[in-house]
Amino acid sequence: MTAAITSPAFRENAHQALEDKQLQAVLGTMRTGFSVKRAEAAAALPEFEALRDSARDIKNHTLAHLDLYLEQYEAKVTASGGHVHYARDAAEARRIVADICRDLGAKTVTKGKSMISEEIGLNDHLEREGFTPVETDLGEYIIQLRHETPSHIIAPAFHLSAAQVEQDFRRVHTQLPPERDLSEPVSLLNEARQMLRQHFLAADVGITGANFLIAETGTSVIVTNEGNGDLTQTLPKAHIVLASLEKLVPTLDDCAQMLRVLARSATGQDSSVYTTFSTGPRRAGDADGPGAYHVVLLDNGRTGMLGTSFQEMLRCIRCGACMNHCPVYQAVGGHAYGWTYPGPMGSVLTPSLIGVEKGGHLPNASTFCGRCESVCPVRIPLPKLMRHWREKEFERHLTPATTRSGLALWGFFARRPWLYRQATRLGAATLALAARGRGKFAALPFASGWTLGRDFPAPEGRTFQAMWAAEAGKRRRAGGKPGAKEQNP
Amino acid sequence: MTARDEILAGVRRSLGVTGHEEPRRQAVADRLARPERGVVPARGQKTGAEAIATFRKYAGAVQTSVTIVSGPEQVPAETARWLSVNNLPARLRMGADARLAAMPWDATTLDVSHGPSAGTDLNGVSHAFAGVTETGSLILLSGPDNPTTINFLPDNHIVVLDSADLVPALEDVWARLRAETRSDPLPRTVNMVTGPSRSGDIDRTIFLGAHGPRALHVIVIDPDMAV
Repeated sequence: MTAAITSPAFRENAHQALEDKQLQAVLGTMRTGFSVKRAEAAAALPEFEALRDSARDIKNHTLAHLDLYLEQYEAKVTASGGHVHYARDAAEARRIVADICRDLGAKTVTKGKSMISEEIGLNDHLEREGFTPVETDLGEYIIQLRHETPSHIIAPAFHLSAAQVEQDFRRVHTQLPPERDLSEPVSLLNEARQMLRQHFLAADVGITGANFLIAETGTSVIVTNEGNGDLTQTLPKAHIVLASLEKLVPTLDDCAQMLRVLARSATGQDSSVYTTFSTGPRRAGDADGPGAYHVVLLDNGRTGMLGTSFQEMLRCIRCGACMNHCPVYQAVGGHAYGWTYPGPMGSVLTPSLIGVEKGGHLPNASTFCGRCESVCPVRIPLPKLMRHWREKEFERHLTPATTRSGLALWGFFARRPWLYRQATRLGAATLALAARGRGKFAALPFASGWTLGRDFPAPEGRTFQAMWAAEAGKRRRAGGKPGAKEQNP
Repeated sequence: MTARDEILAGVRRSLGVTGHEEPRRQAVADRLARPERGVVPARGQKTGAEAIATFRKYAGAVQTSVTIVSGPEQVPAETARWLSVNNLPARLRMGADARLAAMPWDATTLDVSHGPSAGTDLNGVSHAFAGVTETGSLILLSGPDNPTTINFLPDNHIVVLDSADLVPALEDVWARLRAETRSDPLPRTVNMVTGPSRSGDIDRTIFLGAHGPRALHVIVIDPDMAV
């Protein structure tokens, strides 16, 4: 399922999400879920911080030499009997995949979890071309049944309850007895296993993403807990890997470094259950494996990020830690962001890939609390990059007129300190008077955006600057220095 | 201009390079010729009995069961015992691995068949290429000896690991593959398996047995029986 981009409507999306009681109940579990597990896993490994530095350095080195590693990677894939296809944009990538499927006479296509597949809207395209794509990651399978998009990059069905999944399974799995008991969540897992097993065995082509591509050996790497990616890529006639350019790392050893920070940052596991290194098609004498191996390398705007401040974003390994720790994501969930990538990483990446005109709202969805950067396994300065986007949005006159005129008004006073002091003194005194000692406003003209959801605190009467000046005067008289806390009377 | 040429040209334009700079080419050639090991956690750096105990600890933490036998001749009996205590049928699928083939399966009542799994096998047995102490992981290589389908299709997966093949970290697996000139090319599939299959996609709760094996049992052959 590929939905239209709704990032420009982020404000409306966020309002709807805040009203959605079911979603709010699910999001309430986030503080005790992934983030606690990540903290425990990080604390249990003394080398974790050093590994984050190592992971950052590996990605920086690779990006600085990306042209050369791409050439090396391609040569190794070809030498092992595989094919590399370059795709400039989403349409080209979709066409390449559909052409491979058509050449193989495929009907059913099984799919491991791939964010690139979501980014390029592959499933809709495959359906239009007459193929039947079947998502095999349990979360992706569920949202495919519901014609939804993922709300989280590692837990696509994060926004759903077991009761909702039961309803969907009863609606779709009509070949099973309607009186069956699905009250236990594990029975839903078993039912999905049973249904998907048939698809695995029948599929003609298997499509997976890639967590990493290794230049040294021409290898693609997938990381899963379910084993669905392995069944997807092992059983059909052909294995197609979808990956974006920045998935490259130089060597097998570099990949081992990255793996140590990936699972811990994502789910708090020391290692995911299945880490699979795939190189070319099955060899002569192999008992199983795909007869053909294709890699589709997607650019879709990434080369334009190299050499800019957004090059740092290309270090991202899609662990999801930034969204797991984000107060905005925890409040509105992933769908509000309106495109493939939610949370802080999405707020930086989305404007780069779909344009600041469509994605420019997202970098404003931040309190700049900095938790995302503090947990990022490759140390991407996400708040700094969001600020860069805000500046670009303003420069390009994409900021709403009310915000712009508000900032202009503030700027007028800020450049005139005497006038600024008078205006703020007058404002604070007026508001203090109007509050009549209640200390807060339940409603305020021109501020309903704030007061609809919470009270607006009332000033106590004097401005900070006035109080500071008075304190400084006292300290001077007492012989102290202004600003020296311990000297306060 | 092909998509390939256009993308490579775009990368070079953005990076401000031509691709012909000798220092850049040398940096890449050096990195590939002499892979850096980077930061390798101390927790896997164990030998002998300590290594086996550490492997067992981390494997157990992810619901892998581990038993230790003193020689390959004991593997079939241990396999039969494990299947029996778990109320599983005495049937087994395996590939053409010579080490497995040399074991006395006939001395048990197990019904052993050979070849890749087609999806109907309840139990499969594989011989690991290596074990990784740091994470309690198994390394399995594709090929006729240990078909990849046996790692994923049966409900129950039994893996035989020689204690001599236990290494501290994944980096040591790469070193061994390179030394045996099996890194160029790598086998079609190198599986690193850390526990039985699981999913957290329903109700944000982990349940075992999503699409791969519901149970993973490791039989370590350790002639010293140190643990």
